Amino acid sequence: MLTAGFFYLFAVLAIASATMVIVARNPVHAVLFLILTFFNAAGLFILLGAEFLAMLLVIVYVGAVAVLFLFVVMMLDVDFAELRAGFIKNAPVGLLVAGIVLVELIALFVSGAAGGLPSAIPAAAPGTEMLSNTEQIGRVLYTKYVYFFQAAGLVLLVAMVGAIVLTLRHREGVKRQSIAAQNARTPATGLEMVKVASGGAVVPSSEAKR
Amino acid sequence: MTIGLAHYLTVAACLFTLGILGIFLNRKNVIVILMSVELMLLAVNINLVAFSAYLGDITGQIFALFILTVAAAEAAIGLAIIVVYYRNRGSIAVEDINMMKG
Repeated sequence: MLTAGFFYLFAVLAIASATMVIVARNPVHAVLFLILTFFNAAGLFILLGAEFLAMLLVIVYVGAVAVLFLFVVMMLDVDFAELRAGFIKNAPVGLLVAGIVLVELIALFVSGAAGGLPSAIPAAAPGTEMLSNTEQIGRVLYTKYVYFFQAAGLVLLVAMVGAIVLTLRHREGVKRQSIAAQNARTPATGLEMVKVASGGAVVPSSEAKR
Repeated sequence: MTIGLAHYLTVAACLFTLGILGIFLNRKNVIVILMSVELMLLAVNINLVAFSAYLGDITGQIFALFILTVAAAEAAIGLAIIVVYYRNRGSIAVEDINMMKG
């Protein structure tokens, strides 16, 4: 009974905040509603007994992805009001397509429920009653799916390298320290001897200034 | 009043539909489109975890874990592309992205 109450709380909040994500005028608010959606989805995961994924959702999505979104939204100086033009114009066809998809999916579940979708979470399989969810995941993730796990790490590495390569840029006209050049200086390159006529002045050449 | 698998699948279907609707409604704003894609991936994850719990098979949660990984990578690369695009063109409107005349 309590579980049902929490399920409806999380489900209604998740759907409501997801709605706010797509209709919010201010993209910063949209990102904040996205964070609320992720928190409620994490609540649903906990109700399902998937604590590890719930925590992962909070850490990875809220802690990293949503903050990245927030960062980009705030960094780019974009006129978001202009980007919303056509919001109403696109609404009918969007509602049509989304409505068809929703009706199809729910019809599928209802017909599947008649065919016997499980209505209760089964008891733990013998031998795994004492294991926590995290331990169960670890037992298969590091044995049966270890190559997939490594591949996931590779995907993240490629994404990291790609993101850095894409966004790194060298500005023109910025003076940077070059330690190799500093260490390679010799008196011959670092010193310039000039003859100063008495009563005159000498402006050092640019070579010596460096 | 027990909560069955169909309940979770319905919530996931609603979230997925909202993701589709978000792409249609915010057709010009790439950032909101990316957020809608994240919503759709979240719906898929809810589906996988619900099936995993109700069928008593942990594999669904492993799969959800990998989807989470790919979604994080996709968001990072997508936002990096948006930042580079904004730097070059000063705009992120979708209809301005027509350099390749595709």
